[in-house]
Order: sequence, then C-alpha cells, then structure tokens
Amino acid sequence: MMKVALIGLGSVGKGVAGMLVKKDLGITITGIADSKSGCMDPKGLDIANLLAKKTKNGYCGDQKISASDVIAKADYDALIEVTPTNALTGEPAIGYIKAALLKNKHVVTSNKGPIALAYRELHALAVKKGVALRYEATVAGAIPIMHTLEHGLAGNEILALYGVLNGTCNYILTRMAAEGLTYEQALMEAREMGYAEADPTYDVQGIDAAIKLVILANTIWGNGIRLADVDRTGIDLLTPDALRLADDEGCTIRLIAEAIPRKHIFRVSPRIIEKNHPLVVEGTLNALTLETDMAKEITLIGRGAGSTETASAIIGDLLFIKDRYVRRA
Amino acid sequence: MSGGLVQISMKLEMKDSPGQLVAALKPMSEAGGNIIAVIHQREPDLDEDTLNVQIVLELPEGRLEKLVALLNEQGVRIQRIGEERLLYKRTVILIGHLMHTDLSDTVDQIDSTGFAEVCELAMSMPAVNERSSSRITIKAVSRGDMEAALAILRRVSNQKSLLLIEPLEEIA
Repeated sequence: MMKVALIGLGSVGKGVAGMLVKKDLGITITGIADSKSGCMDPKGLDIANLLAKKTKNGYCGDQKISASDVIAKADYDALIEVTPTNALTGEPAIGYIKAALLKNKHVVTSNKGPIALAYRELHALAVKKGVALRYEATVAGAIPIMHTLEHGLAGNEILALYGVLNGTCNYILTRMAAEGLTYEQALMEAREMGYAEADPTYDVQGIDAAIKLVILANTIWGNGIRLADVDRTGIDLLTPDALRLADDEGCTIRLIAEAIPRKHIFRVSPRIIEKNHPLVVEGTLNALTLETDMAKEITLIGRGAGSTETASAIIGDLLFIKDRYVRRA
Repeated sequence: MSGGLVQISMKLEMKDSPGQLVAALKPMSEAGGNIIAVIHQREPDLDEDTLNVQIVLELPEGRLEKLVALLNEQGVRIQRIGEERLLYKRTVILIGHLMHTDLSDTVDQIDSTGFAEVCELAMSMPAVNERSSSRITIKAVSRGDMEAALAILRRVSNQKSLLLIEPLEEIA
C-alpha cells in the first residue's frame, strides 16, 4: 500500500480523490489540504465524508491545519500537488514541492507554474534525494506524453515537436471555421460551455501553450528555455475571413506550439494547416506530433483537460512511483 | 536565380536486355540529377526487344545538354523530353489594415527581390476601418529563396502591424 498526501481540492484534486476511492489501486490518502484547511490520518482518511464536507462548507478539514502542516507532518510516500497554477511566481506550489522533496518524498503535480519556472532546481533536488518528481498532467491532460517520451520512445532522439496544447483556442478556432463565427462570438460560446475563463488572456494569447512548450522542451532537451524565449502570437486577432480563405485551399488555422531546437525555433502561433493533417483535431482536444530519429513521426491525440482526464495522468504517475520505488507491506 | 532546379521528364527507348536500364540511369547521377520516378512501360504492340522507360528527375539548371550527350554516348534513344522550372509555392494569410498600410507596397517588397513573386492574392474587406484578410501565394525558385521571401514578409508585417499566418511546414 502506498500512502499519499493531496494538496489542492479543486476540480483536479476532487477527481484524483474520487478515483483513488473508487478504484482499488493500492493507494491510500493519509493527508488532504485545501486552501483553507487540512486533515491527516496515517491509517487513511474517510474521503467520501471529506468531499461531502467540502461541498457543504467550502473546506474539507480542520481550519487550524494548513497545507504546509500536512506536507510536514502527514505520513505519506508521495505528495500530490494540484493547487492552482501561478504562472508568474509558481508559488505557493514551488514551496510545497520543495518541502516534500526535502523530506525525501516523491512528488506528482499537475501544476505548470513550478515545472515551467523551476524545473532545473526541482529536478536536481529530486535526483539528490533519490525520489521522483513527475508531472505528466501538466501537458496535454490525459495524453501520456511524458510516459511516451520516457519509455515508449526511449533511445530515440527527439528532433522536433508540434502540438495543439490549448483546448480553449482549439475550440474557438474549430467553431470559427465550422460556423463562420467571429472570434468574439466563438469566445462567448466557449465561456458558456465552461471552456474559457472570464479573463481568457492566458489561453488566447498563447501563454498557456507556450508554458507547456517550455515544460516539454526542458524535459526533452534540458535546454533551460523559459517562457520569454518562446516566440508567441495568439488567436485573438483572427478573422472569420481568414479561416474562410484557408478553407478555400483545403486548409484551416490552428494554434500550433512548435519546437525545433537545431533551428532555434520555439514558437506558438496560428498556422495554416491542411485539414487532413493529424494535428487538426476538433473542439477542446489536444494533439502532439513528435518527430524522432528512429520512430519518425508519432502523433498522440486526447483530452487536454477535465477532472477525471487529469486524474488519469496523475494516477499514472503515482502507479509508476508505486511500482518502481515503494515497497510497503 | 542561381541554385534553381528544373524538373525533367523524359521518355527513353532502350534494348530490353540486362544492364540497359542501369546504363541509362548512371549518366543521370553523373550529371547531378536526383531521380524521382522510373516508370517501365511494356507496350504490347512494341517490338519485344525494346523497352520504354519514363523517367522523372530533378536537375540543377543548365545541366540538361550534358545529360543528353551522356545518354547518347550510352546508346539510349530519347523519344521525348520535357523541362519545367521547379517552383516552391507557399501560401500565407495576412490580417490587418491591409489597404491603409499600402498592400501594393507589401506585394512589391516580395516582387522586387527578383527571386520570388506573389502569384495569387485573394482578399476580403468586411467594412471600412475593419481589419481585412488576404491570402497570398508566393512562388520562388529555391527553398532558400522562399525562406528569404518569407523573412521579408515577416519584417514588413511587423512594421505595418499586420498579423502574418504562415503554413505549418511539413516535418522539419
């Protein structure tokens, strides 16, 4: 049995907790913290009860117990860090992750901030402590891109990658192309569907996709590139006419994240792309094409967001850690 | 204009005996050609000892005469030959105040290079003061020339605050 502490009880945290209860995976939650409270039990917490309390009160545990208390005092093998992303500072998640690594605990996170901003430092700390830092859920939701890179494509040289990494943009572009909607109309629709935030800047200006590109590039090439190194153009100035002009030629427009290190290209931009290209996926789907020396081109398509979908990526990481490291009776 | 390629298609007639095809293909690589396709044709009403072969190849400009001479030396009969300048085409979309920023100047900046030109332009203008969109197809003699033309277009778009949408170029 592996013991885990869960920090963050939003959509992703609830999804992970729910699935760990539902599925008999040999993983017990011994600590939980949300933004207002925390609770611990080395024998395992009553998750159903805590989730009901969260729904009723807005917090799940004892308000005198903080996330840092849970990280410092709970009995766990791996920390699941799923607090909201802060793309500017990465905090408080960076602090949480460091605290757990320093205690020789494995860490699994869905949080893009710490990985995009502090990957080298956190990775080095994990290596030094002999524990795992895994972040499959940070890029392309349920698509097992990190596992594919690490295992399936082991030994390959990755020459380039191209991705549709932001579901909000892909939904907007899909709707503009299919219905001739203006950008503003498609954005409003995306909001109504719950696919876009009240402030869509982070998505529509390509920042989210660029952060994911940074995470992928650092994972694959260890090149230390940062958000500022990514050449970035958003979709907010696109016109329905532009999509129609592309359509006349059997093409469409998609926001593509592209990394070709040998050409020094790290770019997120709307691109003209043939409609039958494997990266042209509909709605909020994500897609990633890797170009490698041996396997040549590989394209992965899947859901880029969602509570259960993200839980899939996190649980995949946890079970990897359980198989590889954790030996408990 | 240097560095251009031409695409040659030729129909050859040769004896249907071992070694003949190799003898015909060898001069093509000697002339610096890149063979794209070799198509055998066995026409039923043709003499049984004769083989017709169609060949498509890329050749650096100005090498065709040398190739023909080499083929003749090998005893290969050329029945037909066609030459076409190989052109790189790329389509981009420009969005913004295209007329206010002098579209003909934008096009001129490509055309005046001598190595690339705008060969097609489709445009839509929704209303005065609204941003318009256009699809522009550029052709150039070589890949390098195309890259140079696109670099110019990127610079001009940047200066004129136009949004340039480039094609996703197939796999690096």
